[in-house]
Amino acid sequence: MSDTKVVKSEAPKSNKSFDVGSWLIPIIAVLTAMFLAALLMKAQGSNPITAYKSLFKTAFGSLSGIGATLGKSTPLVLSGLAVAIGLRAGLFNIGAQGQLLSGALAAAWAGVSFHGLPGYIHIPIALIIGAFFGSVVAGISGFLKAYRGVHEVITTIMLNSIVMGIADYLASHQLREPDQFLTRTAEIQPSAKMPVYAHLPLGFFIAVALALFIWWILGRTTSGFRIETVGRNRHAAWYAGVSVKRTVISAMLISGAIAGLGGAVETLGITYRYAPAFNLGLGFDGITIALLGRVHPLGIIPGAILIGGMRAGAANMQFDSGVAPELVDLLMALILLLVTAPLITRFFKNSSNKSMTSGWGS
Amino acid sequence: MSALLEVNGITKRYPGVVANDNVSLTVNAGEVVALLGENGAGKSTLLKAVFGLIKPDSGEIKISGTPIVFGDTAGVISRGVGMVHQHFQLVPVMTVAENLILGDEPKRGLFINQKSAREEIITLSKRYGLEVDPDAVIEDLPVGMQQRVEILKALRKDVKLLILDEPTAVLTPQEIDELLAVIRNLAKSGVGVVLITHKLHEVMAVADRVVVLRGGKLVGTTSPKETDEAGLAQMMVGRSVVLQVNRTEAKRGAVVLEVKGLEVRDDRKIMSVKGVDLTLHKGEILGVAGVEGNGQRELVEAICGMRHREAGEVMINGVATKDMNPHSVHEAGISHVPEDREKHGLVASYTIADNLVLNQFDQEPYAKGWVRNLGEVAKNATDLVEKFDIRTPSAFNTAGSLSGGNKQKVVVARELSEELPVLIAAQPTRGVDVGSIEFIHNQLIAARDKGAGVLLVSAELDEVLSLADRIAVMSDGKIVAIVESKAADRNYIGRLMAGLKG
Amino acid sequence: MKLLSKRNGYFLIAALATGFFYSKDADITTSVYATGTAFALPLALAAMVGIMCERTGIVNIGIEGTMLLSAFVAFFVSSFTKNIMIGLLAAILTGSIMGLLLALMAVSWRMDQIIAGTILNILATGLTSFLYVQGKTIPSVFQAIEIPGLSKIPFFGPVLFIHGPLTFLGLAIILTLYVAIYHTPWGLRSRAVGEHPSSADTAGVSVARLRYINVTIAGAIGALAGAYLSLELVGSFERGFTAGKGFTALALMIFGRWNPLGALGAALFFGLAQAYANQLMIDQVVNIPTQFTAALPYVMTIVVLAISAGKVRPPAAEGQPYEKGQA
Repeated sequence: MSDTKVVKSEAPKSNKSFDVGSWLIPIIAVLTAMFLAALLMKAQGSNPITAYKSLFKTAFGSLSGIGATLGKSTPLVLSGLAVAIGLRAGLFNIGAQGQLLSGALAAAWAGVSFHGLPGYIHIPIALIIGAFFGSVVAGISGFLKAYRGVHEVITTIMLNSIVMGIADYLASHQLREPDQFLTRTAEIQPSAKMPVYAHLPLGFFIAVALALFIWWILGRTTSGFRIETVGRNRHAAWYAGVSVKRTVISAMLISGAIAGLGGAVETLGITYRYAPAFNLGLGFDGITIALLGRVHPLGIIPGAILIGGMRAGAANMQFDSGVAPELVDLLMALILLLVTAPLITRFFKNSSNKSMTSGWGS
Repeated sequence: MSALLEVNGITKRYPGVVANDNVSLTVNAGEVVALLGENGAGKSTLLKAVFGLIKPDSGEIKISGTPIVFGDTAGVISRGVGMVHQHFQLVPVMTVAENLILGDEPKRGLFINQKSAREEIITLSKRYGLEVDPDAVIEDLPVGMQQRVEILKALRKDVKLLILDEPTAVLTPQEIDELLAVIRNLAKSGVGVVLITHKLHEVMAVADRVVVLRGGKLVGTTSPKETDEAGLAQMMVGRSVVLQVNRTEAKRGAVVLEVKGLEVRDDRKIMSVKGVDLTLHKGEILGVAGVEGNGQRELVEAICGMRHREAGEVMINGVATKDMNPHSVHEAGISHVPEDREKHGLVASYTIADNLVLNQFDQEPYAKGWVRNLGEVAKNATDLVEKFDIRTPSAFNTAGSLSGGNKQKVVVARELSEELPVLIAAQPTRGVDVGSIEFIHNQLIAARDKGAGVLLVSAELDEVLSLADRIAVMSDGKIVAIVESKAADRNYIGRLMAGLKG
Repeated sequence: MKLLSKRNGYFLIAALATGFFYSKDADITTSVYATGTAFALPLALAAMVGIMCERTGIVNIGIEGTMLLSAFVAFFVSSFTKNIMIGLLAAILTGSIMGLLLALMAVSWRMDQIIAGTILNILATGLTSFLYVQGKTIPSVFQAIEIPGLSKIPFFGPVLFIHGPLTFLGLAIILTLYVAIYHTPWGLRSRAVGEHPSSADTAGVSVARLRYINVTIAGAIGALAGAYLSLELVGSFERGFTAGKGFTALALMIFGRWNPLGALGAALFFGLAQAYANQLMIDQVVNIPTQFTAALPYVMTIVVLAISAGKVRPPAAEGQPYEKGQA
């Protein structure tokens, strides 16, 4: 209605994209989280210094270590990117996990089933198939949101579990590795395995290229403008002629495709097959990484490398210091809490959409 | 005997603006004090301070001699201060009774005593002659009735000081007269009344004293005996104000917009536009006068493609427009200055530059196919900021950093810059400072003179009377009359607005 | 409530269906319904958490995390102290703290409430994964109590009057909440705060304080739901123990139109569906792969939401941070 007298207690966000002060905060959050986790480790009787040393040495101390790190970081970059694109459109896609899984399984199937293809055809096809299935899963949530007003937080989480169930079933029946009791698919054809150049996985560079592409789309194209506008003020977007329904569905499809791609890369580049009970929690990782990188397509990359490194070094850390690999999960949780503390929520405060919770019944 | 209300030297700063600057005033029992000032002069802020809703940076407020404590709204209320808010502080889904007892519920043990609540309300409404139905749900009531509930809420507490904040914005001229009578009666019965308004003739009609705020400062006190409307306007604005816009005769051309048999539902699925026919010609301003809530919002949104049409057609230059498709309606040639600029007109976190092309972002030259041309966007921004005198250090600051008047200028600049055949302006000067109002009025006339057809929808009758060439009156979802503005009689239109037969 | 309302229609269908099944096989029907009620309770309690929070204007996505961490604490503290009462109390404390944390983030820090709730969930998952220890046991579960006399009634006896103490406590909480929301000053004020906070503010009600109180108490109720799972229904704990119940609860809340009895009804339906599906598996009437029966609650949640979400009216001010003086 008329001038609402909302008290704005901070200066408006500048248009500069590189604001040093606010990029400091994620760094502080990470360091603080590590400190708090160290306290917990001490309480458990382990030596935090040994643990962190081992963790980082394995992850970054050698070329093969860096390779492993980048390998683990790739799906993280992609799931972070998936969540970030959703958030930009005002959508909370927690379903990156399920979308990733469907992509992983689909890529595994494509990797096993197609014979006699050269690598440079087989790999892209498998990746595209993975992305496709990821976007189908996300599309369900997108459609329900756009046309039934159902909030995507719930549908994406529910779909996570449904997809896990379906994938588990398929991996133990139709797609199971022949003559095996384990629930998993056969190993993919050599032509489908993603190449590694001097320890460095191709998948990582694909992910970075995709991040750059998304950054360009958001900043420079009309599609990006539509997504950003819907995310910030869907009423004004409608006024401006943007179809909110179409944008919501597109954003979810893109988000799902990126997550599915993440799963496909994981299969083709690291595990070389689909085995369930893998990547539990990767979806939530995506949220932490997206927020840690301040929902910026490029900001996600350093966070993903950090977390990827920690996961890569976790096994050795347990060996050297006895600290369980789940420490990394705990660290992620703490980082998320600290990163979203009052100072950082500026990004969301600038959104005119009252909150992302609109959608229960609208 | 100490004054009912004493405000001593209140100062309150917000980032970038001093809302109240050393303001002092007193109100005694039985007198009506009008607090006059244009939008943004600091009236609402002062009020919130009186209620303990915000903490002033300096100064104190005393009620019947005792200072108030920030945060203790309940305490202020218990000392006999009641307020009738501009935006009603009523819970829409609850009943009249529930709203009236909120915060001070009659109890029976742990439960609410429904029976005694109802009895209390009936007694209260009889005492002041304001009949209400305790079981009616607020959102189902007409606005005038809702305001009654709002007033009763204030009176319930045996109020000694009643503050009314812009109470007449949503009333017909007849309802306004009724309200002024209620105010006079309350004062006679010993209640002190503070009337906050920017409507000069109300002040002249009912106030004993007038206190004028401008830019956060108190610039003078006077009374209706000592001055007139022009004098008050001058105090409010600080210079001679032209109360009437100068405009030449309209050069009316062909029909450019035609609306036939339009029927539209509101957000609650109730039919609020009940068969409207309109024709708009090139080179004229057609004003739609009417009290808010009679279907104007839904009418404008339906014409602009933002709301579903249950029935009827909208045609531009003879071509029918698509339903629920703002993009195509815009392309067909309609510019729209929306009623709610924060909700529809701007994206607060976007730059001013992006806002200036908000609904043109995919058109040349601002985009070539898929890719945006940010250079052109910037150029356009610099141009428009200068042409429309938008007060901002940079065209790349966020739109949220602008004042209300400047925000509106951004929207107006954007819509006028395209020079489309039809311009629809809904409540274009609401919440805007007087200087910007003059500017926007002149822009609307200029657009008309360039040949556009302008549909001006406004709840401010004076605005419609001074700008429009023809006036349509909207009441209860229908157009009840269309008159040439030269022949328009204020009283006649007022009666039509109220749903009377003229 | 009109006699011919939709709600009464649901009752009628439910009663007829129950009667039909009972006539086919009394014992199995009774046991399915009794199990169904037991399954329904944590969902219903979790839905209460959602209702208490959302009625006051706070969206609580973190119910899942609250239940998970509380179930964890209930189990491991009981195991460590060999006393399930202490475990229960520790869990309630945990839930209250989580509620308090959500209130802090949502009310004082004015964070986006979906993010705040997600943080609770991630924290809970992180903590429970990291601190989980295999192979622990608790001395006993909360044993079922038989209400004398009433428990002997055929069908209704076992279904309604033989349950563990936490179940009875939970039902009592649900009924109390229903009465409180609609008939007490607290209820009126809470609803006002959730619909139109500035009205409450200007009437002298402290919006922030009421939200803090309600969300914290809601957290304790969520803890009860979690503790019920590990200490009464199942008697153990694993990673991912709550399996999405906290989210299903939100769907039930929406379907039940933010009314405690409505949510209870929806929860009963859910619980029954699950009990019934289990029974079908045991009887091997239908041969559905386990993965699909496990996925059933998730699918049902989505379906329930798809049906009801678009048409309901949530508390008008939910999810929006409020600042004093915002009127």
